[in-house]
Amino acid sequence: MSRVSTGRTAVATPAAVRTRIRGRRRDAGAIWRGLFFASAIFLVISIAAIMVMIGRPAIALFAQVRPWAFLFGRVWAPEHGLYGVLPFFAGSLAATGMALLIGGPLGLAGAIYLAKLATPRAQRVMRPAIQLLAGIPSVVYGWVGLTALVPFIRRHSGHVTGFGLLAAGIVLGVMVLPTFISLAEDALRAVPQDIEHGSLALGTTRWQTIAHVIIPAAWPGIAAAGILGLARAIGETMAVQMVLGNSPVIPTGLIVPASTLTSEIVLEMGSTPQGSPANNALFAMGLLLLLVSLGLIVAVRATRREATAGVREAH
Amino acid sequence: MSARRTDQIARWTVTAAAGLILLVLGYILGSVLINGLPVLSWHFLTSRSSNLGPGGGISLQIFNTLYIVIMSMLMAVPVGLGAGVYLAEYALPGRLTSLIRLATESLASVPSIVFGLFGMVVFVNAAGLGFSRLGGAATLALLNLPLIVRVSEEAIRAVPADLRHASLALGATKEQTIFSAVLPATVGRLATGVTLAAGRALGESAVLIATAGMSSPRYLTLDPLASGETLAVHLWAVNAENSLSDAARIADGTAAFLILAMLAVSLGIGWLARRLDRRLAGQG
Amino acid sequence: MTTETMSLPTMVPPAREATSAAPETTRAAARGETDPEPQPAVRVRDLSVTYGTTLGIKGVDLDLPERSVTALIGPSGCGKSTFLRALNRMNELFPGVATSGEVLVRWDGRFQDIYAPGVDLVELRKRVGMVFQRPNPFPKSIVENVIYGPRRHGVTDRALLAEAAEEALRQAALWDEVKDKLNAPAAALSGGQQQRLCIARALAVRPDVVLMDEPTASLDPISTGKIEDLLGKLSKDYTIVIVTHSLQQAARVSEKTAFFLNGELVEAAPTLQMMTNPRDRRTENYVTGRFG
Ligand SMILES: Nc1ncnc2c1ncn2[C@@H]1O[C@H](COP(=O)(O)OP(=O)(O)OP(=O)(O)O)[C@@H](O)[C@H]1O
Ligand SMILES: [Mg+2]
Repeated sequence: MSRVSTGRTAVATPAAVRTRIRGRRRDAGAIWRGLFFASAIFLVISIAAIMVMIGRPAIALFAQVRPWAFLFGRVWAPEHGLYGVLPFFAGSLAATGMALLIGGPLGLAGAIYLAKLATPRAQRVMRPAIQLLAGIPSVVYGWVGLTALVPFIRRHSGHVTGFGLLAAGIVLGVMVLPTFISLAEDALRAVPQDIEHGSLALGTTRWQTIAHVIIPAAWPGIAAAGILGLARAIGETMAVQMVLGNSPVIPTGLIVPASTLTSEIVLEMGSTPQGSPANNALFAMGLLLLLVSLGLIVAVRATRREATAGVREAH
Repeated sequence: MSARRTDQIARWTVTAAAGLILLVLGYILGSVLINGLPVLSWHFLTSRSSNLGPGGGISLQIFNTLYIVIMSMLMAVPVGLGAGVYLAEYALPGRLTSLIRLATESLASVPSIVFGLFGMVVFVNAAGLGFSRLGGAATLALLNLPLIVRVSEEAIRAVPADLRHASLALGATKEQTIFSAVLPATVGRLATGVTLAAGRALGESAVLIATAGMSSPRYLTLDPLASGETLAVHLWAVNAENSLSDAARIADGTAAFLILAMLAVSLGIGWLARRLDRRLAGQG
Repeated sequence: MTTETMSLPTMVPPAREATSAAPETTRAAARGETDPEPQPAVRVRDLSVTYGTTLGIKGVDLDLPERSVTALIGPSGCGKSTFLRALNRMNELFPGVATSGEVLVRWDGRFQDIYAPGVDLVELRKRVGMVFQRPNPFPKSIVENVIYGPRRHGVTDRALLAEAAEEALRQAALWDEVKDKLNAPAAALSGGQQQRLCIARALAVRPDVVLMDEPTASLDPISTGKIEDLLGKLSKDYTIVIVTHSLQQAARVSEKTAFFLNGELVEAAPTLQMMTNPRDRRTENYVTGRFG
């Protein structure tokens, strides 16, 4: 390839070849361009298709059940025509909140450790460990939760089963760690070194510098990491379903069987006939999840914009 | 409390938290392997699962998992790579590009159970396939698409500009440059990303329960329209149905197998990345 | 050292007030060739720094006279910043740094080797402050930047903090420009104002020594002029070490100048002498612009 570029060889190229080269057709390029573009557009079509396909049965449900009776109804009893999903929605929010309560501080500590305290050797252990944590299938999380965590809670709480939001919150809290830690670490590392040194030069301790300069400066990025963790937690299905106990009532405690939007969908998906109001209600719950997730993405985009503005400001 | 004392305590706490994370990982891996490895006999790995009595194995699930993961990657990689090329090489800043990016990010945030519902309407019901490996793989491909798009775009953007310029300066068209100069230089990162996606597909279950189903054909078949229960789905199903006396044993074995597969994939990612990096460094 | 020692009223020794009141002529006289140097605030003995295998500085001996400005000059890469950072051990933030020799800092009345085992870096950096080449305000408000140091060092009284902020901003000749927008973000200030804010931030900790690494490198001539004026005033209270690439700046602001080349200290003498009558041939070449 490189030989063609040298002047001498170019001169030596026989005229016939030169004509061929110059007259080369370029149609193949246009085809490829079209294919690349089509692939990109396919993403837009996919998300649109998902919204339509999930939305249609949901709208069919709202022809029969008023949206507010769906959203705020406290009783889920399809056999009696009651489609209130408040118990599931409350369960999802509570489980996600627990996950953030447990995974947030732990994850922030992990991110601070990785970004600011760990020696290169400790980092070489910690980083793959977090990747492994991300790679464990959610059913395995659920299985460990079911066979180790739930019995543990049962023994130490005196409750009958040990199922409930506490178990789900702990499992979810661990599951969101990888997402949260890697993004929060990026945010912490993005804080310019010169303001870190500026603080240390004032005679502050490492921790004072971390707590009063680095974390505040990285905060939008940490918040974005938290929101993405939240999105992961609220959409998680299998692990939660396995440790939650699956009772369709508004949870009254941390160690009582409860349900979430996701666990209820996976439980009833196979047992409700297509087109039935009960089946449509599952799609309406899916739509709710979809909208919450999309809302979180919009929130992340907003905080990220703030984050980049903040870093620019620091200069 | 003096600043120095606070400093010590805070650093100690943070380090302890990091240690706790390692412990949790160690506990999960350790307990799954300790409970499950003894189950992983040759018989367990090579015999079919049983719906009635104890003694079933997971051979069909292993096959189905490989089948579905490979098929889904075959669908997702070309499209994802194409979209990645478009975003890295062609997309001009503007409304359309932001729409594509928004779509990619949104798709990445869709919960897997929603993909499952989508796959159920489209493939199981509308297309009339019923539970099928094809439907499962296609839905799974959709789930992995945003990841592959992102990895591809980043890999392509990381290719140094002079490589591109050298090719263009020879009079190669943009598309020729992409195929002969840019994409070969991305192989390392791309392979890592694809393996990552494959690992995720390996453990995915919420998508597949509703699309590929919870049963397997009686005979070993390559039929894409047959249903295909994967390992992850099997782990959940034996446990949810709870009809077998040795359900817990099978679940233990399946979990251990999944973890081993995951470890193999992770090690594979590292090995691949190193090897391909070295090869490319040698070439450059 | 406990944090209580940082409470503000006791932080300015009375001696300083007397110095501030001294007439201008004293300073002018200090530039004369024959006047003895004031006693040092920092003595550096056989100081060497390496970054892994790269040489930073080698065998430097230098006294930094108290309450005066010492300028460090020399071509790029000769080790000025390395030397400066060795004085408050900021070099140690870079991996692979090794330091040998002594840096003796006047510390509670006697000289203390800051590289001796057991020296508290936090206490050291409270005494030896630093201003960086590029303004590096924290992404906080103006006033929060200034009171950041005192607050971390245990001052909680709001009135005291406000007083300290005003004083530091006045010392840094920034007060009049920002007094009406103390709560505005620091990033909204101009580059020159940001740099003076960083000076105020360093001064608010009440250091004995202030290290400045090319503090005007990224500033326009007017901001540079303001900071140079400031240095003259500050040197009544503080021992200042400034790295500069401008010989004119060294001549305008400093009493003593040290010339570095390839990691070694070639010569150090009163500024006037360095500019007009250097002893070493290499210094002469540098100040007359024959290389560098
Ligand atoms: N953090 C570092 N890591 C490795 N080497 C360094 C580091 N800082 C400085 N050096 C090396 O030490 C030597 C002295 O550098 P130093 O920054 O002290 O020079 P300088 O006189 O301040 O130059 P300039 O005028 O360009 O700021 C140089 O060879 C430089 O490459
Ligand atoms: Mg320098």
